[in-house]
Parts: sequence; structure tokens; C-alpha cells
Amino acid sequence: MRTICFYFQVHQPFRLKPYRFFDIGEDHYYWDDYLNRNVIRKVAQKCYLPMNALLLELIQKYNGKFKVAFSLSGTFLDQMEAYAPDVLESFQKLVATGQVELLNETYTHSLAALKSKEEFNRLVKKHQDRIKELFNGYTPKVFRNTELIYSDQIGAMVAELGYEAVLTEGAKHVLGWKSPNYVYTNVIEPKLKVLLKNFLLSDDIAFRFSNKTWPDYPLTTDKFVKWINAIPKEEQVLNLFMDYETFGEHQWAETGIFEFMRHLPAAVLDQSSFTFSTPSEVAASAPGVSKIHVPIPISWADEERDLTAWLGNDMQDEAFDRLYEMEKLVREIDDPEIQRDWGYLQTSDHFYYMCTKFFSDGSVHEYFSPYDTPYDAFINFMNALSDFILRVKEKTKETNS
Amino acid sequence: MRVLMFGWEFPPHISGGLGTACYGLVKGMNHHNQEVIFVVPKLWGDEEPLADFVNGSDVRIDYREKRFKKFWKNLTYLEVSSFLVPYLGPEQFKKFTDYSIHDRTDVEESIFSDKFEFSGKYGKNLMEEVSRYALVAAQIARDKSNFDIIHAHDWLAFPAGIAAKEISGKPLVVHVHATEYDRSGETVNQPVYDIERAGMHAADHIVAVSQLTKNIIVRKYGVPASKITVLHNAVLDADIIKSEYEKKVPEKIVTFLGRITFQKGPEYFVEAAKKVIDRDPNVRFVMAGNGDLLNRMIDRVAELRMATKFHFTGFLKGDDVDHMYAISDVYVMPSVSEPFGIAPLEAVRHNTPVIISKQSGVAEVLRNAIKVDFWDVDAMADAIFALLHYEGISKMFKELGSEELKKLKWEHVAAKLISVYEKTLAERS
Repeated sequence: MRTICFYFQVHQPFRLKPYRFFDIGEDHYYWDDYLNRNVIRKVAQKCYLPMNALLLELIQKYNGKFKVAFSLSGTFLDQMEAYAPDVLESFQKLVATGQVELLNETYTHSLAALKSKEEFNRLVKKHQDRIKELFNGYTPKVFRNTELIYSDQIGAMVAELGYEAVLTEGAKHVLGWKSPNYVYTNVIEPKLKVLLKNFLLSDDIAFRFSNKTWPDYPLTTDKFVKWINAIPKEEQVLNLFMDYETFGEHQWAETGIFEFMRHLPAAVLDQSSFTFSTPSEVAASAPGVSKIHVPIPISWADEERDLTAWLGNDMQDEAFDRLYEMEKLVREIDDPEIQRDWGYLQTSDHFYYMCTKFFSDGSVHEYFSPYDTPYDAFINFMNALSDFILRVKEKTKETNS
Repeated sequence: MRVLMFGWEFPPHISGGLGTACYGLVKGMNHHNQEVIFVVPKLWGDEEPLADFVNGSDVRIDYREKRFKKFWKNLTYLEVSSFLVPYLGPEQFKKFTDYSIHDRTDVEESIFSDKFEFSGKYGKNLMEEVSRYALVAAQIARDKSNFDIIHAHDWLAFPAGIAAKEISGKPLVVHVHATEYDRSGETVNQPVYDIERAGMHAADHIVAVSQLTKNIIVRKYGVPASKITVLHNAVLDADIIKSEYEKKVPEKIVTFLGRITFQKGPEYFVEAAKKVIDRDPNVRFVMAGNGDLLNRMIDRVAELRMATKFHFTGFLKGDDVDHMYAISDVYVMPSVSEPFGIAPLEAVRHNTPVIISKQSGVAEVLRNAIKVDFWDVDAMADAIFALLHYEGISKMFKELGSEELKKLKWEHVAAKLISVYEKTLAERS
């Protein structure tokens, strides 16, 4: 059976408000409610609501033959609950069809996997609980880590938590001559299946769809089906992983992206031997062809497909280390606000904004950042973190005395 | 005595120390009942009426005057697009860099017009404005004859001073508030240096804001020391400022407040901070301001892994400046080369003990401060540590520093300036 596996990432961070030095020690609320609400509402109108409606229509029309998977980050779930209950309801409807699979990730879209197993497990558990709560007891079976960050070690942690499969990038430097269109297994825990993103075909939709300088512009469903038919017969799985905001936000409605998706299932089902599956179905049916060695973490970001979008420059490393220094103290504190801020401060986006790579390439970073420069991002984060550290230390003192 | 004075800016529309110093000086001259005709490229109309103001933008230049041609020719070649930004405040720095992108918008120019609308700022076409200003000065010197002496402030007004002297034949005093060596170190902008040098040599007498500046003039510009008089700046108001603003963090605060540029030595403050934090983690350092070295400082602080103890505020204005001084336990000015430096005196007014570099003019007048070489980060760290931990010395500085301030009055400066004028006029006749 040849199959296409669609997985969409839905994430929004809690962005920090402009937090000044003078606020340290006085103002303990760091989040830009106005901006965060606006972003959610804007993207809801352009992407979440219309695309959810379209997916629901397709799922009903193809009656079990068309299916997709989502990973909804916890920070997205929280903001959806607060600012967009209509979007939450439409996701609940989708999940209720039974054709939509939900994946597990860390609750706050954090980089904890790289730093602390304990914190990682805690955040995964929290995400699991939250999904159960919002989606009628639903329990995900497949894991996807923040930004598809994966290594042999991370895979082992995921396997230990009982997941059947994990999603990651089909990074060239990991695959070499191998194809991403097979199911692989983790080196340490071979029972954990590893699903790799076919970044060529995924990015044709996610990034190149509306690019008029792209030789293959415009992308039509016929063209796309022709390409997937050209995939060697023995390659069984085509993993199309992308940000959900691709639909209507990164690629505006005017580009025809919704029409493309509306007609894609019919084109695939009629003109090719491909079916649609969810990640857990793929993991259950396709055999693992071999182990995949990933000694150094990979991700789905930038040309490098490594961690340099979030970590590596001095600002990022400083912010990251200072934040996680607080881990042990925070764990002892029973205070919902400190726990909330601890989680939200871990969101990978804060570190992404501090990336200086965009000086050379990647207007993508700029597009996503609420700051003018990575330096502004760093200062603002450190100011808020400094206040957070003060609060944690104070609470610790209170608890001990 | 009537003085024809050429400046570049005047309060309230200023971006740095030059305008403030001119204001203080004119105020001091008023105190001694001396008349001042004060010319600026652009008047805004809300200046305090301390002098007979002339708006450079209103002066009609008579191009038929043959003697003017020379200034025109001399100066039109100066089209430089480099960073010619003296006294550029942090806010202006941002505006300037924006301005460079959007290019000129606020200057209208027509070859048919006989007036020139100055921006009065430190924009991209600064050099053009400086040369136009000389033409304006020539016209004023031709039209007005009721002045005894010409006084030009800093290189921006030097061509104006020279032109006025050539047309009127009256003696010229140039006032050096800063030199190109202070602003740029050894890599000077040659056109600016040339103008400075020409002004100093054309002048009958030179006023320098500190001995430090006088030494630079002698060493780098080849002017005999006998031609230079040191007149230190003063303060407009020496009263202690009592602030209600309270500190929100438990730690003590050490502050750098100023432009984050080469001249101000921010990197030495960062290095000293590291040494202090290593010994005493209960201190916070703050770098307030903006400038072309800001990002490099942020990088360095991150690299030294002290960003939860070292904070950046960006450019501060209005009340925030006072708040910053008020919550500071130590103020540090590690300038590499500071002709005078008024900021430490502001800190003293807030009862904040100060550490200043020996390479600053203010070190010559402020005795109750710790003085270190800007490059000596160990000494700087020691001094910071001492002021934070040894009550005795900081208490003493607080008490004596404010006493010292009261002696720094603009009327004293003006009195000395008048005798400089008299001496210059006497030498002429």
C-alpha cells in the first residue's frame, strides 16, 4: 500500500510584551495579551477557520479515505481557549470524525528535550492531559518534538514514554543516499518507528506554491500527482509535513492554495495508487526498513536542518542556560503563575527571535519575529527572565522558611 | 561689548552637550550685561530670548557680492557621505540611520532661491549645510557692523566664523567643545579635521573646555599653547534633585548612561562589570543609551554569561533619565576621550557617587569622584566594589560632591570669557 501522510503543525507562542528594565521587580506579567490575541484572531480568519471547514468537508466527502494529523501545541491550545473558542470547536469537530489524528508534543513547544529529561517528560505529560481534557479523552500514540527536533537520544526518551512512532525531518545530511519515503526505526529502541518528512514535496506546497520565479509555478494537482507517480514503486510512504498556517497565512487564499487542497484528494485517489493515512496507521502497517542514525540533533528549520535557529549564538545560549538553571527551584514551587510563566518562557520562539543568522539569509526569521532585531529580542527576554528569577528566588525563600 | 556668536543648535532643540553649553554661556554673558548676537542655522521660535537671535534660514544671500565666491568655491567640494555625526544623541542616532535610508526629506533647496532652509540637524548633507552656513555668516558680517568680536562654537560653525572674520575684519575666537580625535579616535574624518584645523589657525584665540582638550589641540593641530585658554563648562542648576522614584530590585545598581559609542568606552564598563559580578553577585549593572556599539556590547554581555545581571534599557528620555540616576548606587563614565562630560555632574545632583575616567575634562573640576584610566578595568572594578561596600567613601562623595557643584557657575565662565575677549581685542589694536 502506498500512502500519503499529512501532518500539520499548529503553534502560536505567548509573545512577551515590551518589558523594560524599570519593570523588573515590579511588574510580574510578561505577556502581550493584545498582540497575542490579535495574531490568533487574524490567523483564525485567514487560516484556521476556513481550512478546518475545508478539511471537514473533504473528510465527509471521501468518507474515510482522506485523513490528516495535527499537532496542536499547548500554548496554542491555551490561546485558542482564551481568544478563539470558535476555532477550538472546529478542531473538536474534526477530531470527532475519527479521521483526524492528534500528535503529542511538549506542552509549551519547548526545547527541554535538549536540556532536561525530567522537564521534557513533565511537559509531554502535561500536553497529553490537556488534549485528553479538550478532546474528549483522546490519547495520542505518536510523538513529534518541537520543530521536529530529533536525535537517537531524544528518540529513546520518546520510546520510553510508550509512543509507537516519532516524526522528524528527512534531513539530507542524515539520510545521505537513502530515501525519506520509507519507515525507519530508532537506533537505541528499534521498536520506535521514525517517520521522515519528504521536504522536497512538502516544501513545494508550503514554501514554493506561490513563488512565481519557481520554474514549476503554478503548482496544480495534476502536476503534483504526476510527481508522486514518478516516485519509485518500492517507496511506500510520502510524508508531507508542514505548518498549518501554510494554508491562508503563508500562502494567501488568493494564491489558490485552498483550491489546490480541495482538489488534491480526488486527484490522488483517482490518478494514483496512493491512499491517505495518519502517522499511527503508517507506523502500524509499514515495516521499518532499517535503523536511522542521528547522533546529533536535527530539526526542520532553515537550510541547515539543525539547532542553530534556536541555540548557538552567545545570546541564545546565555538565555537558554539562565532559564534552565531555574528548573530545580521551580519544581519545588507550588504557584500556578510561576508554573505558567516557567512553561511559556521555554517556548522555542523566544530563542528563534534571537537568531542572528538572518543577517546572511532567512527572511523567514524576520517574518515571524515581533522584534526589530535579535538584540531587542534578547534584551526583552532577559529583562523578563531577570524578574522571573527574582520571583523564583523569593518564593523559594518563603517555602524554606 | 557685542559678540557675534555662531552656534549650531540652541535649547530646547538640541541633541547634545553643545547646545546646552551655548545656552549656559549666553546666560552667563547676560548676567554680566554683555550683548550677544546668536546665529543658528535654524531657529524654532521657542528659544528663551537671551540673545539677539538670527535665524540662518532667513538670511538672504546676495550672490552678486564678489567676496562671497571664495567661500562658495572653497567649501562646495566637501560632499562627504561618511558618518559625520558630532554630538549625535542616541535618539538622533536612530533617526540619522533611518534618515540615511529615507534620504533627505526635510531640506528643500532650489538653485534659484537666495535663502537656504537649514535642517539644523546632523543629517546626511551636514557638510553642505556647514558650507552654506559660512555663506550666511559672510552675509551677516557684511550687513551688521555693530559687533566687536566673533565667537564660533565647534567645527560646524568654524567656516562661518572664518567667513565672518574675513568679511568684517573683526577678531575671531573659536570655542572647542570636542575634537575629531575625541569622536573618532585616531581614525579621524579628514574633512572634519581640516575644518577644525583651519578654524583654529584662523582664530585669534582659542577656548578649550578642558586642559585635556587643550593638550589635544596643541599636539594634534599644531597650535601654540599660548593661544589657548581653558574654560571649563559649568552647570545651570546645582541643586540636589530629590526623587520619589524607588528602586524595585533588591540589588545595588551600577549605571552607565550615555551614547554607546567608541568615545564613551562602554566596553570597559562591561569588562569591569564582569569582574565585580564574579566577586559579588548581588549587583546589577545597567547600560542606558543607544549607539553603534550597542549590539556588540549585548553580544559581549551574553558571551560573558551575565545577562541576568547586566541590563540594557535602550535610549532613555524625560523622567526615565532621572529615575535611572535616582536608583543608581554608582555612576560610571569610562570615556576614552571626553572633552568635558556633563553627565557625571548630573549624577552628583542625584547624590550618586561617580567614577570617571582620567581621560575626561570633568575630572579636572570634580575632585570628589574616583578617577581611573579608562582602560584600567581592574581599577574600575575595585572602585565600583568600594563604592558599593564601603559606606564611608560613598557618603563622603555625596556630601562633598554637591558642595563642589555649587562652585561651577556659568557666570564665572562668562567672566573669564569676557577677559579673553578683552585680551584678544587688546592684542589686535
